[in-house]
Amino acid sequence: MIVKTIFSGFGGQGVLMMGYSFAHGAMSEGYEVTYLPAYGAEVRGGTANCTVAVGDEEIASPIASEPDYLVVLNTPSLYTFQNRIAGGGLLFLNSSIISARPSRQDMEVFAVPASDIAEELGNARAFNTVMMGAFLKRTSLVKPEIYLKSLETVMGSKKKAVVEINRKAFSAGYDFLKA
Amino acid sequence: MQGNRIIGEAAIRAGCRFYAGYPITPQNEIPEYMAENLRKVEGGVFIQSESEIAAINMVAGAASAGARAMTSSSGPGISLKQEGISSMAAQELPGVIVNMMRGGPGLGNIRPSQGDYFQATRGGGHGDYRTIVLAPGTCQELADLTMDAFDLADRYRIPVVLLADGMIGQMMEPVVFKEPKPRQYSADYVLKGAGTGKAKTIKGLILDPLDMEEHNWKLDRKYRVIAAKETRCEIFNTDEADIVVVAYGTAARVAKGAIKRLGDHGIKAGLFRPISLWPFPTEELRRLAGTRKEFFVFEMSTGQMLEDVRLALQGYADIAFHGRPGGVVPTPVELANVIVRQYRRDR
Repeated sequence: MIVKTIFSGFGGQGVLMMGYSFAHGAMSEGYEVTYLPAYGAEVRGGTANCTVAVGDEEIASPIASEPDYLVVLNTPSLYTFQNRIAGGGLLFLNSSIISARPSRQDMEVFAVPASDIAEELGNARAFNTVMMGAFLKRTSLVKPEIYLKSLETVMGSKKKAVVEINRKAFSAGYDFLKA
Repeated sequence: MQGNRIIGEAAIRAGCRFYAGYPITPQNEIPEYMAENLRKVEGGVFIQSESEIAAINMVAGAASAGARAMTSSSGPGISLKQEGISSMAAQELPGVIVNMMRGGPGLGNIRPSQGDYFQATRGGGHGDYRTIVLAPGTCQELADLTMDAFDLADRYRIPVVLLADGMIGQMMEPVVFKEPKPRQYSADYVLKGAGTGKAKTIKGLILDPLDMEEHNWKLDRKYRVIAAKETRCEIFNTDEADIVVVAYGTAARVAKGAIKRLGDHGIKAGLFRPISLWPFPTEELRRLAGTRKEFFVFEMSTGQMLEDVRLALQGYADIAFHGRPGGVVPTPVELANVIVRQYRRDR
């Protein structure tokens, strides 16, 4: 089994952090894992994306020709990647700021109003963690407790408030999708 | 851990105590890691030099004084370092030079590429010399080969080039650092300062042509020993293969992904992956040509390693080629489609 996920959005939305923390969590679960950021002359407000491959066998290519899962945080990312996703793949989108929907019918779409949920919790910036909650609820690749520990490790923040809001945001996203 | 940072950590664990470099994307995390961590070990010195040429000459200086020393750069910066690498080859100084390749020629771009194969495997600078060239394909290999590079540099008193690219430098994979071997080298060349025994010189200027010729043959004998003893490669899935893909580094990863998909098209494919680019694993590849007749070379260049493959196979087998130069990394699906087309055309 090898599953590949592309996370994509504006620079500054935390796209790379989502991929990195997910990869770290998958590693803690004992999977083989690769994390590949798109690098370049990236700027805040530009586009950013990363590819995470998770498997129980050697991962040959860290590049995803046809990602199984796609997490998009802005509309340009949806247009860029919607045709790459594998048939039967899962698409998670932040419906608070993306009104467009893919024209393809051969995938399952999860519209999560992540920014609205995060704002209600008191920190709009935590919307990426809301998305991660929904993503991991549906994909079950990393257990919530393990993911949250990885998130805290890679963020390196000792501020209790940051840890608290991320835990709340994750749970809200996790509970938003029915099992 | 990120590829570039892995190189830094592996180097420090291998006993590297001197690093000099000048920033260039996509390898900046190497000097960043060295700046942060080299000072934490006893005797560790980090210098952000004023230029690439200064960096390689500082590495030569540190090597003359007996230190394990390293510098790193990418394409344009490596070109600048060639004068120093040629000097180190002449002076038989050990050292590790990391090249995280990017699109070229010229300043090119900062995307992953394999266009520096000729430069790395043919010496790169002026004069009659070679450097050992190791090409890691995974983050784990970055760790292992960085350590091995220091051992090889000491064993043969030779500059060793670690040749990878922006993709492997930027990506992250889990990694386990092996226990470094105790350093073994003959320190008789090391300059220790005045009053510490017989006077020694390390020089590359040998004006008498007969003396220079003798020195060239001496280096050549060393290179022959290395060519005989230090080839490395990975052979994957070739037993039943109809077609053998030859690729190294990042291209080999894409190729492996493509090979897994070729089964769906009813094509059995295997992979021959050189890990040492110089010395090139010629004998190993030739042995394979004894049983397999169809080879497919894939590089992120217009075809450089292709020449070494042709030299190795010498007409014994058919060789097809696919290249994506300039900083393009194709997907495994794209490569698989090209191989399928090639395979069908031949039938």
